[in-house]
Amino acid sequence: MSADGPERAHAFKKGGHIVIVGASLAGLRAAETLREEGFTGSLTMIGDEPDQPYDRPPLSKQVLLGMVPAEHTALPRRREIDADWRLGVPAIGLDLDAHRVRLADGQEIGFDRLLIATGVRARPWPNENERDLDGVFVLRTNGDAARLRRRLAARPRRVLVIGAGFMGSEVASACRELGLEVTVAERGPVPLVGALGGVIGSVVARMHREHGVDLRCRVTVTALEGDPSGRLRRAHLSDGTAIDVDAAVVCLGSIGNTEWLAGSGLAAGPRGVACDAGCRAFDVNGIVTDDVFVAGDVARAPNPLYEYNFLFLEHWGNAVAQAEVAGHNMISCGSARRPHLAIPAFWSTQFGVSIRSVGVPTFADEMMVMQGSLEERRFVAAYGHRGRVTAAVAFDQAKWLDFYRELIMAAAPFPPSFVPVDRPPVMRSMSPEFPDPALPSHGATVTITGHLPNDQRVVFTPARA
Amino acid sequence: MTPDTMLKRITDYGSRADPYPLYAELRKTPVARQEDGTYVVSTYWEIHSLLHDPRISSDRRNLAGPWADPDIEEEDATLPPSMIRLDPPAHDRLRRQAMRPFGPPHSPEYVDSLRPELAGIVGGLIDGFEGKGQVDIVDDFAYPFPVTVICRILGVPREDEPRFRDWVDLLVSTLDLAAWDDPAERQRTAQRARLELGRFLGELVAARSRKPGDDMVSALVTGHGPDGPMSQLELISTAVLLLIAGHETTVNLITNGMLTLLRHPHVLERLRREPELAVGAVEELLRFEPPVHLLPQRVTLADIEIAGVLIPKGAPMTLVLGSGNRDPLRFDDPDRFDPERRDNQHLGFGSGIHTCFGAPLARLEGQIALVELARRLQNPRLVADPPPYRQNPVLRGPRHLLVEIDGIAP
Amino acid sequence: MRLVVDLTRCQGYAQCAFLAPDVFTMHGEEALLYDPNPDDAQWDRVRRAAAACPVQAILVDQTEIPATAQEGTHVR
Ligand SMILES: Cc1cc2nc3c(=O)[nH]c(=O)nc-3n(C[C@H](O)[C@H](O)[C@H](O)COP(=O)(O)OP(=O)(O)OC[C@H]3O[C@@H](n4cnc5c(N)ncnc54)[C@H](O)[C@@H]3O)c2cc1C
Ligand code: HEM
Ligand code: SF4
Repeated sequence: MSADGPERAHAFKKGGHIVIVGASLAGLRAAETLREEGFTGSLTMIGDEPDQPYDRPPLSKQVLLGMVPAEHTALPRRREIDADWRLGVPAIGLDLDAHRVRLADGQEIGFDRLLIATGVRARPWPNENERDLDGVFVLRTNGDAARLRRRLAARPRRVLVIGAGFMGSEVASACRELGLEVTVAERGPVPLVGALGGVIGSVVARMHREHGVDLRCRVTVTALEGDPSGRLRRAHLSDGTAIDVDAAVVCLGSIGNTEWLAGSGLAAGPRGVACDAGCRAFDVNGIVTDDVFVAGDVARAPNPLYEYNFLFLEHWGNAVAQAEVAGHNMISCGSARRPHLAIPAFWSTQFGVSIRSVGVPTFADEMMVMQGSLEERRFVAAYGHRGRVTAAVAFDQAKWLDFYRELIMAAAPFPPSFVPVDRPPVMRSMSPEFPDPALPSHGATVTITGHLPNDQRVVFTPARA
Repeated sequence: MTPDTMLKRITDYGSRADPYPLYAELRKTPVARQEDGTYVVSTYWEIHSLLHDPRISSDRRNLAGPWADPDIEEEDATLPPSMIRLDPPAHDRLRRQAMRPFGPPHSPEYVDSLRPELAGIVGGLIDGFEGKGQVDIVDDFAYPFPVTVICRILGVPREDEPRFRDWVDLLVSTLDLAAWDDPAERQRTAQRARLELGRFLGELVAARSRKPGDDMVSALVTGHGPDGPMSQLELISTAVLLLIAGHETTVNLITNGMLTLLRHPHVLERLRREPELAVGAVEELLRFEPPVHLLPQRVTLADIEIAGVLIPKGAPMTLVLGSGNRDPLRFDDPDRFDPERRDNQHLGFGSGIHTCFGAPLARLEGQIALVELARRLQNPRLVADPPPYRQNPVLRGPRHLLVEIDGIAP
Repeated sequence: MRLVVDLTRCQGYAQCAFLAPDVFTMHGEEALLYDPNPDDAQWDRVRRAAAACPVQAILVDQTEIPATAQEGTHVR
C-alpha cells in the first residue's frame, strides 16, 4: 500500500489526527473544509492569540474610524468544526520525523498531518529602544488596533505614518477622516509604488494631498525621539527635518511567522514557507513533504501563470482559497488532489475609493489605462509582461474586473487591441514605473520570490538604512 | 427548427406562456445569428461575461456596418437617451446623480424607510378584496401597487395615471420587436411616446423647480453633489425611465410570483407560516420566472469571439436572461422552483454596470406583496392555468391572473 | 452575530447598504465598510442583504442563528 493509497487515505479521513497551527482566517477555513469534506478524525487548532479567529482587514478601516470596536471582528463560521482549541499558546518547534509540534507551555502534540497557517506579523521598528516608546504602534492584531484606536480617539496633535504601502495609506486615510493631522513618510517617490507602480502611485499621492495629508516622499525616518518619561515626541527625517508627533504608526510590511520552524528542515524563512501548488511544504532540499501543508499569508507557492515563480501573497482572498485547497488535499490522494491556481486578487479602501487588483501588478513591464481616467480616479488599468496581460487595477470600477481576470487567465496579448467603452482619448502603453526590484519594498502585497523553494536570500534593509 | 429563426419563435405570442422548452433548444447554440443579423446569446456564462465586457455597448449609436441607423442622432436630439441606453462615463454620471436621493452613499436609509408605506399600500389593496369571490391579481393588486409606489417616489400625482398609461403601454409595446413589421415605424412610435411622456414629466419638473416637495424629482432638481445637476432634458429622460422601469417590471414579479406559488401550494403554505421564506422565494422567482426575459439592445464595439462564434463590430445582440437563468451548466436542477436555493446568482436584474437601479425597492415590494397575499388570501385557487399573458416578450408576465378566494384574513 | 464580506468578490453593487443600512455602509461610490459583528436585532435585515448580494459575497455565520432576532430594537 502506497503512502498515499486510497485505503490509507480513507482510514485517515475517518480516524486520523490533524493539527493546524495558526488559528486565524486560513486555519479556520481549512478546518471547515476538512469537516465539510468528511474528515471525522480529531482536529487540534493551535493559536498564539487568545481570541477565536477574527478578521484583520477591518482593523485598519472600520476599527480605526471608530465604527466598530477592535474586538468586534470575529469571523463567521461556515459550519461547526468540532476541534480541540489550544488558544493563547504558541507553537515553538516542529519535529518532522516524530510528527510532533512543541508548544510554549511544554506540551507536545502528535499529528498525522499538519497545516502551517501562522501568517505574518508586522515588521517592527528596527531600533529596539525607540520601538518601545509610548506612541509607537504597529498594526496586525486586534490588540494593536485597539491600542492605536484609543490613541487616535485621544486626538494626538500629529500622527506620523512610516511607510506608504496599502496599510500606511489606509491608516493615513482614517486619520484624516477623523480630522487628525498626519504626516506620511515614504522612501519611494510616491505611495504604493512597490505594489502598483509609480504611475498609479502618483494618483494615490494626489489623493493623500487633496485629503490634507502631509505626504513626504523620498525620505526615511531616521530616528524617533522620546521625552524623559518615554513618550514619543519627535521624529527625525533623512532630509534633515524633524517633526513633532505624538503617535507613529510603523507600516513597513511584514515578516513570516516561521521562527518556530527553525531547524525543522522545512524551507522556511522570513518570506514564508515554500510549498507546491498542492500546498505541500518543501523541505530545505527542495523535496516536497507528504504530511505537512501550508496555507495563507505564510505560504510561498509557485504559480504557472507567472512563469512558475513562487509568490508570497498577503491577500485575504488567497488565504481563503489556499486554505480550501490545502484542506481538500490533506484528505485526498493522488489525482483527487487539486492545485491552488487562483488568480491573486486584492482590495483596499482608502480616501473613499475602492481599489481592486487582480493578477500580479508587479509582474509587469508595461501598463495601459483602458477605461476611465486617472485624473478622475475612476479607471481600469491593465498591466503586461512580455506581451501578455498579467494584471489589472481598478479604482471605483470593480464591475469590469471579471473581464480582465479572464484576459489574464487566457494570457491575452498586451497591449490589448480592442476599444472598450469609456476609453481615454489617447490609449498608449507606458512603463508602470516600478522601483528597481533589487530595492526592498514594503508596499507590495505580492512578492515574487524566484524559482527556488529554499531561496532565502531575501534581505530587507530597514527604513533607516 | 433552425437557430436563425429562434428569436422569432420566442417573441411569437404563442410561446409566451411557456418559452422554456424553446430556451433549452436555443442553448444548444449559445450564440445564434438570426436572419436579420442579430446575435442571440442564451447561456449563462456567456451572458454574464458579456455584461461585464467593456467591448459591449448599450448605446445604439454604435450600431455599424449593415446595422448602422442614421436616424438615431436626430431622434435623440429631441429627448436624450437615458442611462439604460448609454455607456460610461455618461452612464455612470447619470446613475450617480439619480442615486443621490435614492440610495447609498448619499441616501442609504431611503428605501428601507419606505417599508411601512409599502406595507400600508399593500394592506389597503388587499382590504379592497373584501366581499369578492374572485380577484384579478394584476388589475386589482400587482399593477396598482408599484404604480402607486413609483408615483409617490417621483412625486407624480397618482390621479395622473390615466394620462401616462397609454404612452407607457405604447412605449413598452415597442420593446416587442415581433409586434412591429416596420422597424422605422416602431422607432417613430417609441420616440413619440417618449416625447409625450417627457412632456408630461417636463411639466412636473417645471412645477417642482418652482416649488420643491419631498419627492425624488424635487431632489434631483434642487440638490446635487460633486457631479453637479442633471440638465433639464437629462432629468426628464431619467424620470421617464424611472416611471416605466419602476412599475412595468414589478407587476410581473408579483404576478409571476403568485402564479408560481399557486402552482406550488406547499411553498405557498410554508410562506404563510414562515414569512422569512419570502427573501429566498423572491430571489428564486427572479431566476425562475424573471420579469425581464430579454435584453434586446446591446452592440459590439469590436469583433469579439464568444463560445466559438465571431460577432462582428457594430452588430446588435439580444441577451436572453430568462434562458441563462435556466442554464443547467450554471444551476443545479434549473427547472425546479426552490425558494431555498443556494448559490443563486441569477440574471433577473441583469449584471455589471447596468444592474437594475431599483432592485432593492423591487425586492422589498415583491417580498411584502407575496407575504401579505399568502397570509391574507383564504384558499386562493387559480381560475385558468396558464393565464392569459401580456403581448410583450421582453417584460413577460400574465395580463390577468384571476384567482378565486373564500375571503380575506384581517 | 458574525458576518464577513469577501471584498475580493464584492463589486460595489450596494444592495446590502440599501437593505441593512445600519450594518453596511458605502464609503464613497463603491467602497464598502461594514460592521462584522452587528447586534442580533439586525438579523432580518442582514439576511435580506446577504440574499440580495448579486455576487453572494456576504457570509453570515452558519452556526449561530439568533433565537431572539427581533426587529427594531437595535440602537447604536
Ligand atoms: C490591518 C490589516 C489590513 C488588511 N487589509 C487587507 C485588505 O484590505 N485586503 C486584503 O486582501 N488583505 C488585507 N489584509 C491581509 C489579510 O488580513 C491576510 O491576508 C489574512 O489575515 C491572512 O490570513 P492567515 O490566516 O494566513 O494569517 P494571519 O491572519 O496572520 O493568521 C496567522 C495566525 O497564526 C498565529 N501564529 C503565528 N505564529 C504562531 C505560532 N508559532 N503558534 C501558534 N500560532 C501562531 C498568529 O498569531 C495568527 O493568529 C490586511 C491585514 C491587516 C493586518
Ligand atoms: C422586479 C422588478 C425589476 C426587474 C426584474 C428589473 C430588471 C432590470 C434589468 C434586467 C435591468 C438591466 C437592463 C440592462 O442591462 O440593459 C434593469 C435596469 C434598470 N432598472 Fe430595473 N427592474 C425592476 C424594477 C425596477 C424598479 C422598481 C426601478 C426604479 C425604481 C428600476 C429602474 C431601473 C433602471 C433605472 C435601470 C437602468 C440602470 C442602468 O442603466 O444603469 N427597475 N432593471
Ligand atoms: S451587495 Fe454584495 S457586491 Fe454589493 S456592495 Fe454589498 S457585498 Fe458588495
